[in-house]
Amino acid sequence: MADLSINMCGIKSPNPFWLASAPPANTGDQVMRAFDAGWGGAVWKTLGNPIVNVSSRFGAIEYGGRKVMGFNNIELISDRPLSVNLKEIAEVKKRYPNHAVIVSLMVESKREWQEIIKRAEDTGCDGLELNFGCPHGMCERGMGSAVGQEPKVLEEITRWVKEYAKTPVLVKLTPNIGDILEPGVAAVRGGADGLSLINTIKSIMGVDLDRRVPLPRVGEGSTNGGYCGPAVRPIALHMVGTLARDPETRHLPISGIGGVSNWRDAAEFIALGSVSVQVCTAVMHHGFRIVEDMIEGLSDYLDSQKLTLDQFRGSAVGGFREWGELDLNYKVVANINADLCIGCQKCVAACQDGAHQCIFSGPADQPRPPHAHHPGVAEAPKPLPLGKLAGDRVPWIDEPECVGCNLCALVCPVDGCITMQEVPNPAGVDTWQDRMATGRDHVPGGIFDAE
Amino acid sequence: MDTPYSLPAERLEVRLPDAKPKYTSAEARAEAERCLYCHDAPCIEKCPTEINIPEFIHKIASGNTLGAARTILAQNILGYTCARVCPVEVLCVGACVYNEWHKTPIAIGRLQRYATESLLEHEALTGQAVLRPKTPTEGRRKVALVGAGPASLACAAYLALEGHEAVIYERGALPGGLNTTGVAPYKLHSEDSLREVAYVQSLGVTLKTGVEVGRDLSASSLLNDHDAVFLGMGLGADARLSIADEAGPGVWGATALIEKIKNDASFKLPAVKRATVVGGGNTAIDIARELAQLGVAEVVMVYRRGAEHMSGYKHEMDLARKEGIRLVGWRQPVAVLRDAAGGVSGLRLRDTQQGGEETLSTELVVLAIGQEKIKGLTDAFGGIALDQKGCVVADAKTRQTSNPKVYAGGDCINGGKEVVNAVADGRDAARAMIQRWFAA
Repeated sequence: MADLSINMCGIKSPNPFWLASAPPANTGDQVMRAFDAGWGGAVWKTLGNPIVNVSSRFGAIEYGGRKVMGFNNIELISDRPLSVNLKEIAEVKKRYPNHAVIVSLMVESKREWQEIIKRAEDTGCDGLELNFGCPHGMCERGMGSAVGQEPKVLEEITRWVKEYAKTPVLVKLTPNIGDILEPGVAAVRGGADGLSLINTIKSIMGVDLDRRVPLPRVGEGSTNGGYCGPAVRPIALHMVGTLARDPETRHLPISGIGGVSNWRDAAEFIALGSVSVQVCTAVMHHGFRIVEDMIEGLSDYLDSQKLTLDQFRGSAVGGFREWGELDLNYKVVANINADLCIGCQKCVAACQDGAHQCIFSGPADQPRPPHAHHPGVAEAPKPLPLGKLAGDRVPWIDEPECVGCNLCALVCPVDGCITMQEVPNPAGVDTWQDRMATGRDHVPGGIFDAE
Repeated sequence: MDTPYSLPAERLEVRLPDAKPKYTSAEARAEAERCLYCHDAPCIEKCPTEINIPEFIHKIASGNTLGAARTILAQNILGYTCARVCPVEVLCVGACVYNEWHKTPIAIGRLQRYATESLLEHEALTGQAVLRPKTPTEGRRKVALVGAGPASLACAAYLALEGHEAVIYERGALPGGLNTTGVAPYKLHSEDSLREVAYVQSLGVTLKTGVEVGRDLSASSLLNDHDAVFLGMGLGADARLSIADEAGPGVWGATALIEKIKNDASFKLPAVKRATVVGGGNTAIDIARELAQLGVAEVVMVYRRGAEHMSGYKHEMDLARKEGIRLVGWRQPVAVLRDAAGGVSGLRLRDTQQGGEETLSTELVVLAIGQEKIKGLTDAFGGIALDQKGCVVADAKTRQTSNPKVYAGGDCINGGKEVVNAVADGRDAARAMIQRWFAA
């Protein structure tokens, strides 16, 4: 069993799995039950001056019968008295000394920051997280994402906090910006010990088509909320990867957040440089129990790869490149395993209508499209592929025409039926940057080319 | 959709509940979401009316239920009853790619019922028609249809939707054909068939019941007064065995008995403990199951060959066996045995393989060995060829008979197939008529 313990800028945790600052980390009772279930740490629901919340507060997207593919909320920071939260944090830390307890904070004035930092640290907590990300309600009061979207303000408040804080300070970033490096670099300049990202994305979850009011509905109106859940993971991975590879920010440890539901999702964040990962939506959907799979799955994966967590962390950052650094000579071609094919021909529809017209069905189905890259007429293989399950409904591929786009493999419902096979490349690597550097990037058919 | 046709509430069939009730919207969407939405889908190919099944299921999944019904009705105007009576296991559902993948195939019949029944409910609730007849641009034609079964209803409906006049003549008191008189109650009650008939009427079809062509109305007058005639008269009386003591009480034809169970409020099932059904087709299985479900303790099916030779579907026979029905194969009835009072006491059977005879004790015998052809009627129309079995010969594409003005469809051309085949016939005949009238 791999050692999953981490030390993130001095915050120690038995594993990298933390509850994000959100409804699951609202009370001492919840956090203690989460620790009992196996969570390594928790970032407490943001403390500040208590607020009044609205009803309703959450919205979700269902896709293809799967619930909560995406989720949003218009709930604000903790609505419980500060003293109650602080007493519970102290109690949790006393009972679970080896778990990471981080207190999320959001206040306005420097005096408030000074006071709340002192009171938070008096609980014995392991660190602080500055909520510069909340994109609804709090930003209208000049806090949350209103700070995260202004690098100068973010830097200054971080500096105030570092002036007073004795424990490590994580700055939580909003994705509602043009370039994540701007707030990331500002946090570095302000003296942050680590970064947490992403906070939620500004969103409207949908529209109630009967009442014609956006969702989630509060009476006759709604407001933009924070989008999260499995659907946002690709956006979060991009932002985490961007900070993990940039020379100005890469020395700061990252707590990755955004749609983590299982060990695989968590491993992806860690591979792109996260030290810890924070989870909210999946817990709101399924409960604290999901951490069992996360611990077991990550540990088994590391063992199978013969890697320690430290060796694995950041191991995919080097593969995150600019487009111009990609090898233009690399080629893959789709291959259909006739024995696994069930004959649904989703790949035919997808390729013909949505990609490059190189997958066909039956012997007569071979009109070559006018834009063909490859001269000549596609010829059906003889004999036609015959499947164990699909019989003569197995499609065939015009391989010279296939651009290796992946679409057929993505839409195929059968795991492993369509695979992308690498075509040998004797020419060696050639990138757009190489072509530009050596003046070879002329592609015929441009604006000023003769017909 | 008011209909003048109604049935008394108390009938035997009402005791046999719907085996596959309408899905709730949540059930329908959950099932629809499972559909892969195949390209050039094999389920479409297996449907005799070629309904665009993946398309209507996709619409159910998006909540576009009326759109789903439109997709169905465009190809099969009797999509509601077909959803309930089709042997989907050997048609669309049997072709679902999930079968080969060892996953549960999509419940296409139940989804089709959901969409079409929702349309009927929507129209009843709002009074607004989803499908509306066109105004014909090149003149309105008039067609007479003989028999108000699925073939004629479909033909008439598609003619009416194109703006043409369609008048159906039905000799019986109730329209709907076997959908009203013959479908097993656990699949479809007669009211539901009449509900669909009323829907067809709402499209502009005229229905005249209690009018027998050849008796009340001459064939020549139909030919003279209409641009075309469609024959959809189905089949005649249940076939008999012609064996000793067959005539008399206690021996029933299957379709006659089923019609009593379904529609005759005064009909009481004879208080018997043992009943024997002769035949190996789907009608035999239907009546055997109906008798068992109505409380006959011992129901036996007698068939002249083995189970593997039965024309009845295996999935239906499996259900029959689960209800305790036994099959006695390789036996042919040679005589009905009667007691002193004239009641049935047994059936004398001959072993069709080994020879020799034995007696099966039974108090009721039901003959499900096919139906006679309706004779004479086709002669009256003149120039209509029949095949060796007495079926009307009709073109495979146009359903035109050897009399160019007369088209035919349903059981009278195929000798007894599914409702969905009759619908395909009627629809194709309507399309062919219109093509013939207006082709440049």
